[in-house]
Amino acid sequence: MTISMEKTVKTPAVAARQPGFLQKGYERLGLAGSAAALVLLFVSLSAAFAPLLAPYDPDFPDLLAALSGPTAEHPLGTDALGRDILSRLMWGARVTLAGPGLVILLSTVVGTVLALVAAWCGGRVDTVISWVLDILFAVPGIVFALISVAIWGPSLFTVVAGLAVAYIPYVARVVRGAGLRERNLPYVSAAWLQGQSGAGITFTQILPNVQGIVIAQAISSLGFAVIDLAAVSFLGLGVQPPTADLGLMVKSGFDSVLRGHPAEAIAAGVLIILIVWCVTVIGDRLTTAARSMR
Amino acid sequence: MLLVLLVTSFIVFGMMYLAPGSPLAFVLGPRGGTPEQVAAVTAQYHFDDPFFVRYFRWLGDIFQGNLGSSIVYRQDVTALMSGRIGTTAALVSLSAVLIAVVGVGSGMLAALKSRWVDTIISTIAAIGLSTPVFVIGVALISVFAVGLGWFPTFGVGSGGLDTLVHLILPAIALAVASAAYLARITKAAVNEERTREHVQTAKVRGLAPGVIVRRHVLRNALIPITTVMGLTVATLIAGAVVVENVFALDGLGSLLVRAILQRDFAVVQAVILVLVVAFVVVNAVVDFLYTVIDPRIALGSRQ
Repeated sequence: MTISMEKTVKTPAVAARQPGFLQKGYERLGLAGSAAALVLLFVSLSAAFAPLLAPYDPDFPDLLAALSGPTAEHPLGTDALGRDILSRLMWGARVTLAGPGLVILLSTVVGTVLALVAAWCGGRVDTVISWVLDILFAVPGIVFALISVAIWGPSLFTVVAGLAVAYIPYVARVVRGAGLRERNLPYVSAAWLQGQSGAGITFTQILPNVQGIVIAQAISSLGFAVIDLAAVSFLGLGVQPPTADLGLMVKSGFDSVLRGHPAEAIAAGVLIILIVWCVTVIGDRLTTAARSMR
Repeated sequence: MLLVLLVTSFIVFGMMYLAPGSPLAFVLGPRGGTPEQVAAVTAQYHFDDPFFVRYFRWLGDIFQGNLGSSIVYRQDVTALMSGRIGTTAALVSLSAVLIAVVGVGSGMLAALKSRWVDTIISTIAAIGLSTPVFVIGVALISVFAVGLGWFPTFGVGSGGLDTLVHLILPAIALAVASAAYLARITKAAVNEERTREHVQTAKVRGLAPGVIVRRHVLRNALIPITTVMGLTVATLIAGAVVVENVFALDGLGSLLVRAILQRDFAVVQAVILVLVVAFVVVNAVVDFLYTVIDPRIALGSRQ
């Protein structure tokens, strides 16, 4: 009891002496990366609080105001069914961010565990795991998503499942390399001599040392996952209408474009590009930072 | 490599049995059939045999060029695909040529010309890399087909030059992201080679800048460029699925998407198998090209 209380008292003092969280982040991301992070934060927050912030119900069809173009009531105009595009963008960004986020979370956890096990065990275990990763790597992500949809039918979750499998090797390859390097460092043999188990060393000693690489790779892959998931939804095999999704909005906006109303397609397309661009910039900076710390 | 094919073929075959519902339902359709029909289909597809027996029979059929028959089109899958594979192959090759020319070209410009050129090209590449292929497709159609009317909007045209004109916009849409990536890689590779000693030696010897770039910089930068180009062609085959749907091209990709929606399993299996074979072949060709470009690399020892 007393010990834990002492700890809680000490923590703020220690934290004050180290560079703050924001400062650390800025050091790693640089100007462009920080700007991208701010934009991404803004998009994520407006997506997360869409139920509170969105000016209209994203599914409410106001057929009289269909394809109105930007007006005072609808700052980005309305789609072919008269639904407010700004509200649908905010709701759509929820799916477009959460789906790929889940893909990356699943594939990163599985990929990191596989990679660290391969790096620690070596030998035959490593051979088998690397071989599986190579097979997964040979087939583009979208094909896995299509296989998954072909089996279980079109929905957000089947696509997420397919993509999660497809993205395992991207994280795993990088982490396996890093794990192999760490494995031969003195601190690992020191822990081994102290009698720590292989699993203990891997997850309490090596994992914290490769986490920068894991996070950098995960964020870099997130951009591709956003593109893949939006593409599958665009094909009509992912998120199903009437759920708002940016890929679907480009699809339905495409039909309006042919009738001379580009607002929906432009708005959704630009937002996808913005999200992916921000994620890519952050991923690039973090990768550079993780490499330079080696 | 053969193992990859064997494993994927097994997954693709097993797919049908992982799906909810009995495989009989896929053949007979959702309405089912009379007991006689059920018996006939069971006998025809050997549903009573053990799983592995069926798998090897299916594999044997494939080697004889028999990919089964589509339940939607009531037609041989082989016939269905042979009419469409040309469209996809033409689209991917046209796009690959665009990527190689534009990607390597702009990458070299970015590395060798002034800082301004570098900044402009790098910015365009960053945007191109962040843009999904279907967004580019929609934008191209809106501007160049609907807006300016320079190109046809949909379809593959009537063969020859007409087809080429119809494929230009789809090929550009497919090429943008990969060209942007290749430009980045080329720039990095060229910049790295330029600082090498043998290039400095060549400079000191007073060789013409063009000769140095062609003989000493570019040839050595070709290894990473080829790697990326190979990976790129594999992603192009997957990207073609999306592009064909945007531009309503009747290729393998649009066949696959339609078959998935209609739950036409024989077609799904066959198209995915063909795509995977294409990926594996492309990877093998890249491995072979390494040994041609750089004789120091032995076949099979890819780093």
